[in-house]
Amino acid sequence: MNAFKNAGHLFRLAGVFLAGLMLFLTLRGFLVPKSFGQYGHYRGNSLSEVAARTVNFAGHQSCEACHSDVSDKKAKGKHALVNCEACHGPLAKHADDPSLQPAKLDTAMLCPRCHEANPAKPRTFPQVASAEHSTGLPCDTCHQPHSPVIGARAAK
Amino acid sequence: MNITRRHLLLLLPAAGVAWKHVMAGTPEAAPNYKITEHWWGMLIDLPKCIGCGNCVRACQEENDVPDGYFRTWVERYHVSDYDIENPQVDSPGGGKNGFVASKNKEGKNFFVPKLCNQCADSPCTQVCPVGATFISPDGVVLVDKEYCLGCRYCVQACPYGCRFINPKTDTAEKCTLCYHRITKGLTTACCENCPTGARQLVDLKNPADPIHEFLKTHSVQVLKPSMATHAKVFYNELDGSVR
Repeated sequence: MNAFKNAGHLFRLAGVFLAGLMLFLTLRGFLVPKSFGQYGHYRGNSLSEVAARTVNFAGHQSCEACHSDVSDKKAKGKHALVNCEACHGPLAKHADDPSLQPAKLDTAMLCPRCHEANPAKPRTFPQVASAEHSTGLPCDTCHQPHSPVIGARAAK
Repeated sequence: MNITRRHLLLLLPAAGVAWKHVMAGTPEAAPNYKITEHWWGMLIDLPKCIGCGNCVRACQEENDVPDGYFRTWVERYHVSDYDIENPQVDSPGGGKNGFVASKNKEGKNFFVPKLCNQCADSPCTQVCPVGATFISPDGVVLVDKEYCLGCRYCVQACPYGCRFINPKTDTAEKCTLCYHRITKGLTTACCENCPTGARQLVDLKNPADPIHEFLKTHSVQVLKPSMATHAKVFYNELDGSVR
């Protein structure tokens, strides 16, 4: 024990360090969120927080649950791969509560979004200069939006 | 019981592991979605893109992106036959309202949709000083709004210009690959609304995903491969002039 005879000040210093360490660990325990480090150097709970956002676009599977007549018609035509909300807009609220009716669409404005002629579009994609093609008439005057061939040809 | 120094040394690592477990808390219960069974990315099939801007509008409506800011946008390239290394690029309003046809019909014209490339080695997460941005175990780069200081390091670090500071929250924001949708079995808002199928969500860990066959049979590139970011947004038939 002779070695520790004059070491009292060292023990006091060690005590101060130990108290500091305990304070650090206690504060750390309170301040660092429980989920920090669950998956990596970030808050694990933020994943579920990001995932908790509400969905605005219901997805075509939801639409097809009720509107199978339209989806059957669409599946046979050129618009088979165009999903419902691509034209009709976000309708998750309508899918949750079908009494909320979505607004009617203006085809004179809607169709040219995709089909207005533009040299940067792929050449195989059907395009028209709408001003010459229809002089501003709504496209559904002649075309069926869900299967966009003109009436007489659709009968074939 | 007599605890010798040897016993204590053996106990220390065990205590460390136990402490780490206490700090980690219990993992969140996620029904039906197994975070370790996915590795998300996206395929952009450029020859199919018609520049309609549906993806940009869908993204803004789904994710409440402020006006004038974009988590995804569409660029129009014009490459002259006489100067193929210096394309003219424009993106009026991020391509949100489509593109007015240019009168200049010579040369090559095409659209390139852009978004966060969901890098597997992302520069933005490496520079974040507070652990507010990270790569999730399923391969999506996300931002923790609660932790973000708004210091803008990540905005500068992204080689693709995919991040911005949301003026309302003053925190960094970016494409989440619609994490709230893909974890529920839906596709992203942009993919759902792409009328030509030019954008497709891909899950590289799903052996049944058609992406595996697509990558084998097509000429696919990522943007800025020299940055070694290991981007997971794949561009089919990407023109050499695209930056």
